[in-house]
Amino acid sequence: MMTKQLESPLFESLASQYDMLILQNQDSTKTYRTEAMEAFRKLGFPSVKNEEWRFTNILPVVKTNYELPATTTVDAEQINKAQELISNTYSKLFAEDEVYRLVLINGVFVTSLSRLPEQQGVHLCEIKEATEQAAFQEHFGKILNIKDNAFAALNSAMYQDGVFISVEQNVIVEKPIHIIKVILAEQAMMQQSRDLFVVGKSAALNVVESYLTDIAQPVFLNAAAEVVLAENATFNHYDIQKSDANLRIIQRTEAAQKKHSNYSNYTFTLPGASFVRNNLALHLNDDEVQSHLYGLYLTADSQLVDNHTEVHHKMPRGESNQLYKGIVMDKSKAVFNGKIFVYEDAQKTNAFQQSNNVLFSEQATVNAKPQLEIFADDVKCSHGTTIGQLNKEALFYLKSRGIGETQAKQLMVKAFAFDVAEKIQIPALRSYVEGLIETEMESR
Amino acid sequence: MLSIKNLHASVEDKEILKGLNLEVKAGEVHAIMGPNGAGKSSLASVLAGRENYEVTEGTVTLDGKDILELAPEDRAREGVFLAFQYPIEIPGVSNINFLKTAMNEIRTYRGEAPLTAKEFLQRSREKQELVEFDAKLVNRSLNEGFSGGEKKRNEIFQLAMLEPKLAILDETDSGLDIDALRIVSRGVNKLRGGNNAFILITHYQRLLDYIVPDFVHVLADGKIIKTGGKELALELEEKGYDWLTKN
Ligand SMILES: Nc1ncnc2c1ncn2[C@@H]1O[C@H](COP(=O)(O)OP(=O)(O)OP(=O)(O)O)[C@@H](O)[C@H]1O
Ligand SMILES: [Mg+2]
Repeated sequence: MMTKQLESPLFESLASQYDMLILQNQDSTKTYRTEAMEAFRKLGFPSVKNEEWRFTNILPVVKTNYELPATTTVDAEQINKAQELISNTYSKLFAEDEVYRLVLINGVFVTSLSRLPEQQGVHLCEIKEATEQAAFQEHFGKILNIKDNAFAALNSAMYQDGVFISVEQNVIVEKPIHIIKVILAEQAMMQQSRDLFVVGKSAALNVVESYLTDIAQPVFLNAAAEVVLAENATFNHYDIQKSDANLRIIQRTEAAQKKHSNYSNYTFTLPGASFVRNNLALHLNDDEVQSHLYGLYLTADSQLVDNHTEVHHKMPRGESNQLYKGIVMDKSKAVFNGKIFVYEDAQKTNAFQQSNNVLFSEQATVNAKPQLEIFADDVKCSHGTTIGQLNKEALFYLKSRGIGETQAKQLMVKAFAFDVAEKIQIPALRSYVEGLIETEMESR
Repeated sequence: MLSIKNLHASVEDKEILKGLNLEVKAGEVHAIMGPNGAGKSSLASVLAGRENYEVTEGTVTLDGKDILELAPEDRAREGVFLAFQYPIEIPGVSNINFLKTAMNEIRTYRGEAPLTAKEFLQRSREKQELVEFDAKLVNRSLNEGFSGGEKKRNEIFQLAMLEPKLAILDETDSGLDIDALRIVSRGVNKLRGGNNAFILITHYQRLLDYIVPDFVHVLADGKIIKTGGKELALELEEKGYDWLTKN
């Protein structure tokens, strides 16, 4: 048991901060936090001996001495800085009237920089303000599996900030909500944020999450999100992970779906953050649920990007469709682990998984592994994993027509990423992402 | 135009071209025939700069410029074009974007301004007509799901668009039906001019009825072993290659 855990001074400082935090805690989350801390103490930080972390060594992440701010405040200077970052980075992404915008600086809501929906039936607030809301009370802490996930347990025990969005039944949120997570820090810092998205019956929501950073020292983001889709609800959930080498992200997103609901997750990781571990777990808890998982990772330098997915088909006639594509460059390392569980009752399940990887350099590595556990007999499941180089013949063909090496590679990478990028349903976001891929390829 | 002297080339340490000589002047059409495995495609590959071929001896110049020194893309920019025997499919790369990129890179290399969208479109329409290339194919992914004949026609469409100095057609006629053959030939004949040259690699003298060559060469065992006029092709059709190789 002990060998599956890592020793780290961070563990001790977190434990003592927790003690302070729980003393001050006044709201209904106290019991949950206490249980979560117990789970975390039991689990500890996972070492590479833990099967789930075999290819992803978190030692570099947890050995840093992070500041653990007791409360977070935001000053005028930071707001100016954030505003500057936003207009420099996103001026070309969305037109003003195309999206709602929610800006967080170090996890704290900044209303002055945000443009929030004023639509009836859309509730949006800081997670700590949401404890009295019915949707919060009904769902918070009910979806995330903290029993087996140290970081999710830690987050549950200690999160301070985060976003709560709840959409009432039959409400179609007209524009996507762009959640911009600005991280500004001069010291090494650890942040834990917790989100809850609840999409009501026949309601629809589009959320785009992205990062903006100005950090001189390592920042460790341990995030968790719970997602609820009621009957016939639709939620398109985008996470565009482009940031700074100083950023380390571990996050777990867990969704529970009711009948006829449709959840699509898009996790796109670009060069930047030196350490990224995404855990995405979907629970198809009802009949005829649809889930889509689209991932693209373009990794560079000495990045480590790890995507772990779990799809739990629990009821009949569910459909899950998973496509992850990776372009792994320089000395970077990518990990993909996709689990599909088809439970006994989940007859007529259709589960599809594909993971394709291109190694762009001799020093890049990929570990990709599908994992299927099927306990029903009338199901259609398929999976495929490929790891390869860019097709040399195709490159030669392009060059033989006068296209230079860089341009040729760029065309091929775009072509490779194309079938994932084309799944993005917001045209502006799609061309933004394609542009990011192009720019990254150009600079290499 | 093109001058090949004593060219030796090998692939995976196996010598394929064994002292090949060929002179092609502007305005000329040369046909190269020869048995399977003789090295015809290899010659085309070496000229286009395919990386797995190693030139061990000899020189190749295009208008006096040593092209063996150049990367494949620079050879193309200098005006070398190879219509592949087996054009590859590249899903996700649109035919037309690819051509636009190619065209503009070539123009930039030559110090010319890129074509405007309108100019490009106009030229593309014109050339599509010339080679009767289906407009639907133009917008598809490069060669993806094209029939054999459609792929070959796409090669000629690209040739027409890029207007190279030296075009090498590697068995473009194989797999074409009789109508397609006529269309492709008509295209090539229209593109023929005083400033460019063609090398046609073929197994069938039928092609040479449509595109009349100035010279016919026989390539066998890595060398040009016989050169003649267009009547040589007829003779080869009748007698095969044995009478040339056996001695
Ligand atoms: N990558 C390679 N590795 C080893 N041998 C090769 C390779 N490529 C070509 N060859 C060999 O080189 C020789 C010449 O091949 P090439 O394709 O040039 O012939 P060809 O004259 O074009 O024949 P065909 O009329 O069948 O098209 C053949 O013996 C072939 O097997
Ligand atoms: Mg050949």
